[in-house]
Amino acid sequence: MAALSNKENFLKGIIRENPVFVILLGLCPTLGVTSSAINGLGMGVATLFVLVMSNLVIALVKNLIPDKVRIPAFIVIIASFVTVVQLLMAAYTPALNEQLGIFIPLIVVNCIVLGRAEAFASRNTVFASILDGLGMGVGFTFALVLLGSIRELLGSLSIFGWKLAEADGMLVFVLAPGAFITLGFIIAIMTWMKRKKSVNP
Amino acid sequence: MATIKSSFLNLLITLGVITLVAGLTLGYVFEWTKAPIAKAQMDKQLRAIEAVVKGYDNNPVKEKFMATTPDGKDSLEMFPAKRKGELIGMAVKAKSSRGYSGDIWIMVGFNLQGDILNVVVIEHKETPGLGSKLTEPKFLNQFLEKNPGQINLNVKKDGGTVDAITGATISSRAFSEAVQLAYETFQSVNHGSTQQ
Repeated sequence: MAALSNKENFLKGIIRENPVFVILLGLCPTLGVTSSAINGLGMGVATLFVLVMSNLVIALVKNLIPDKVRIPAFIVIIASFVTVVQLLMAAYTPALNEQLGIFIPLIVVNCIVLGRAEAFASRNTVFASILDGLGMGVGFTFALVLLGSIRELLGSLSIFGWKLAEADGMLVFVLAPGAFITLGFIIAIMTWMKRKKSVNP
Repeated sequence: MATIKSSFLNLLITLGVITLVAGLTLGYVFEWTKAPIAKAQMDKQLRAIEAVVKGYDNNPVKEKFMATTPDGKDSLEMFPAKRKGELIGMAVKAKSSRGYSGDIWIMVGFNLQGDILNVVVIEHKETPGLGSKLTEPKFLNQFLEKNPGQINLNVKKDGGTVDAITGATISSRAFSEAVQLAYETFQSVNHGSTQQ
């Protein structure tokens, strides 16, 4: 892997290698929790924390872990941070914790986290890994908030819980099919923009 | 990348050390968050009680007791609300396991006549945007000041008087069932102990 500048390490996760819209990783929580913007934000920030911490620790200990137990070791580290997040959320943001429910423990099996550990943190310096985790986390949060905002706006006519009109929205956007439809449109628009850029430089 | 050889002993030591450190860290965090988590849950219960019964000067949580449901299958937590030592109402915590996903926990406040003072949802795992509308005043308000002894607490589809949430009949049905259960349990206690 070619060494990237610090700025690149951070920025690539936000748009160019956005984990949700471009790499299409971690779609389970993406589709599951984004029925409202605030859920997307909470999930995004929780994942961001786990990503940064696990990238940090894995980059620190990468030379001490024999290749054969690499994956189990990474998973233990990731699972520990997820449990920490869950306990902290239950203690200090009980309402959000209830909203996100099962999706918080499921961060353990979010492919983004293990993917970054394996593809980046296990072969880069600690500092670069933190930046990578931050960038990917911000990218993931951005994707979730965008998706959640659109779905909340169309589905419940509100944004971040602020009711815009006293009427029912299009219910389908709050349910699972709406998640797929919205995500499909966002990816289509992003691909379209990318193509246009490469055709007319 | 890894500079340690994958010998059996190395594998054993590495995994052992990692899981040990992880376990100790988690144990520490668990101890550290135990009190705040308990407090958060306590606060939630208190808020629910405050929302459903008014004007009491005792501590309903301290005087909590368990009451068996009329069918004898379960027992519910009852929080008596008293003013100057006299019972003025009761907050009843009830649940229904017949929701769309998971248990629905509610807190219902009754006055001594058995009228519903207020009802709140404590916990549910219903579908966001559908069943989750249980928690909204639009649905809850229809229960206020009603006496379950005088109306048929069933959704209209089943011949009752409850306006079900569009697309969430199952959740509405489970909710009504929990209210009914709370009422019946409260009545059996009320008639047993406070009737003059």
